[in-house]
Amino acid sequence: MRFLLRRALFYLVTAWAAITINFMLPRMLPGDPVQAMIARFQGRLSTDAIASLYVLFGLDTESSMLSQYLTYWGNLFKGDLGLSFTYFPTPVSEVIAQSIPWTLALMGVTTVISFVLGTMIGVYAGWKRGSWIDALLPITTFFSAIPYFWLGLIAISVFAVSWGAFPAAGGYEPGLIPGFDWEFISSALYYSVLPALTVLISSIAGWILGMRNMMVTVSSEDYVTVAHAKGLPEKRVMLGYAARNAVLPSISGFALSLGFIVGGTLLVEMVFSYPGIGYVLFTGVNAKDYPLMQGIFLIITMAVLVANLLADVVYLMLDPRTRKAA
Amino acid sequence: MTPVLEIRDLSVDYGQGEGAVHAVSSVNLVLNRGEVLGLAGESGSGKSTLAYAMTRLLPPPGIITGGEVLHHGRDKPAPVDVLGLSPKQLRSFRWNDIAIVFQGAMNSLNPVSTVASQLEDIYRAHRPEMSRAQRTKRSAELLRLVGISADRLGSYPHQLSGGMRQRVMIAMALALDPEIIIMDEPTTALDVVMQRQILEQMMRLREELGFSVLFITHDISLLVEFSDRIAIMYAGRIVEQAASEDMYRASSHPYSKGLLGSFPALHGPRRPLTGIPGSPPDMRSVPSGCPFHPRCPSAFDVCEREIPVLEKLSGTNGDSSRSVACWLNTPSLSGHPGVGAT
Repeated sequence: MRFLLRRALFYLVTAWAAITINFMLPRMLPGDPVQAMIARFQGRLSTDAIASLYVLFGLDTESSMLSQYLTYWGNLFKGDLGLSFTYFPTPVSEVIAQSIPWTLALMGVTTVISFVLGTMIGVYAGWKRGSWIDALLPITTFFSAIPYFWLGLIAISVFAVSWGAFPAAGGYEPGLIPGFDWEFISSALYYSVLPALTVLISSIAGWILGMRNMMVTVSSEDYVTVAHAKGLPEKRVMLGYAARNAVLPSISGFALSLGFIVGGTLLVEMVFSYPGIGYVLFTGVNAKDYPLMQGIFLIITMAVLVANLLADVVYLMLDPRTRKAA
Repeated sequence: MTPVLEIRDLSVDYGQGEGAVHAVSSVNLVLNRGEVLGLAGESGSGKSTLAYAMTRLLPPPGIITGGEVLHHGRDKPAPVDVLGLSPKQLRSFRWNDIAIVFQGAMNSLNPVSTVASQLEDIYRAHRPEMSRAQRTKRSAELLRLVGISADRLGSYPHQLSGGMRQRVMIAMALALDPEIIIMDEPTTALDVVMQRQILEQMMRLREELGFSVLFITHDISLLVEFSDRIAIMYAGRIVEQAASEDMYRASSHPYSKGLLGSFPALHGPRRPLTGIPGSPPDMRSVPSGCPFHPRCPSAFDVCEREIPVLEKLSGTNGDSSRSVACWLNTPSLSGHPGVGAT
């Protein structure tokens, strides 16, 4: 318990630092949204209009950095992340709330499937090393070595453009109204096949390889020999003794990868124009939409921190040796 | 004396073809019911390989190239060749008939499961008819048998000391009341006091439960004290076999003498430690003839050319259990008066 409290304190400090940096970063970038807007309207804005834009965006230089910082914290606690510039006047929290389910559904489910499937194949490949499964490894490694946005582009050109079996862009049939009905869900599933497969194929090799190698290492441990000598069924030795120990490093890797779902989705969503948070971030960056960027960065940071904490807790549950402090 | 386990002509190679290392060559060894048979030798002499081979636990690339391991079961009419068992029969044979206490006290227990679950594992696999309550009760009994209180059942291996872990291993070995227990350097990782306690306890349990022990160690002084008979291995072969008394008093193979001279005796008069010159042979290129001849103080011309066979020692008075593989004991060759009592 003390261990957990110490970890929690550590995460609180990290969160504070991350939020502060998150506040600073956009303000240190060159240019501001009003400048961007002026450029977009090619000087057809009057001085008054420009001044009112600054006030509107809260960028009037009157207020000091410190007071901006304090206001930022105050708003944060109210769940108010400001108004998005690009989706003006929609609040940032609402933009995020609309896009994040798409990302979680696509990347979250894909990451879990990739981990579970990859680990299972890895367990078997490591246990039966030298069998035909080992021939699978170079293939999966080849696919994981290809950048996945490029893999996505190839997938689009082959399956969507040439063959036409899958849609090239979007999250669901245009014209459908999002809701919990079969028509919408099936359409969303259909649209998610291509991006999901892309992510799956490019990420699964890592899990297979990591798990296989740990299985090979653990299989030669004394306690596995003892388990064999005890005459236990092979399945029990493989799962209860070898895999149970070999999975530990993969588990923490998995928890961390959960944290990167939100942040790591940018390229896939750009390639597939998927309405998730990565795509929103992409538009936000293009439009110098500070509040939106800050909001998304905040979500990414929190996701990573929560995933880390989760990894600690899961590890604590799975490996009794880390429970020493308890 | 009835045999319980008979090893006949067992050979084990590591690797195949030209580069194969012959770790064990044509070993014959008999373990009798109720006895403690000691197997001694330097590191790399093949003693652990022999133990792994007879339980078919050899890790790759170890291959059994020939021989038989006959198990004379308590209530089986005919001996069974362990090397010919089907995977299912083998699983049932393991631990039911032959249990092993391994050398790594530190790593022999699964670090992520409790002592209880590792003890109950055995019953779940071999005695599926036992209820959960029976399993727990029996596990607690086993721990008590080796002097650990039953509330340690819920402990994880890292919460136990080295000595306790090895006791848990012994408790585990006793779980199915096997006929044979192989102890492969069971106390190497422990301090001398703990070593003694554990061995004495093991011997007490043996008297109570009546199993046979194959005790593998490099520490021949322990064998002299704890075993009935001793077999000495060198470069994958048995070079001498005798009752412990005889071995201690008058070993006839120069290597056995060297081994005995390398450890201080725990009892009896002080004597200087001599050791054995040179180092164990590289098993990839074993010397010709008797593999011990380059290190042997009494080697002569035949030793370089031909491998001596393990033969009953002639000239010993009435004790037929002594055998030795040394040319010194072939009087016509060596000109020595038998026995090689130099």
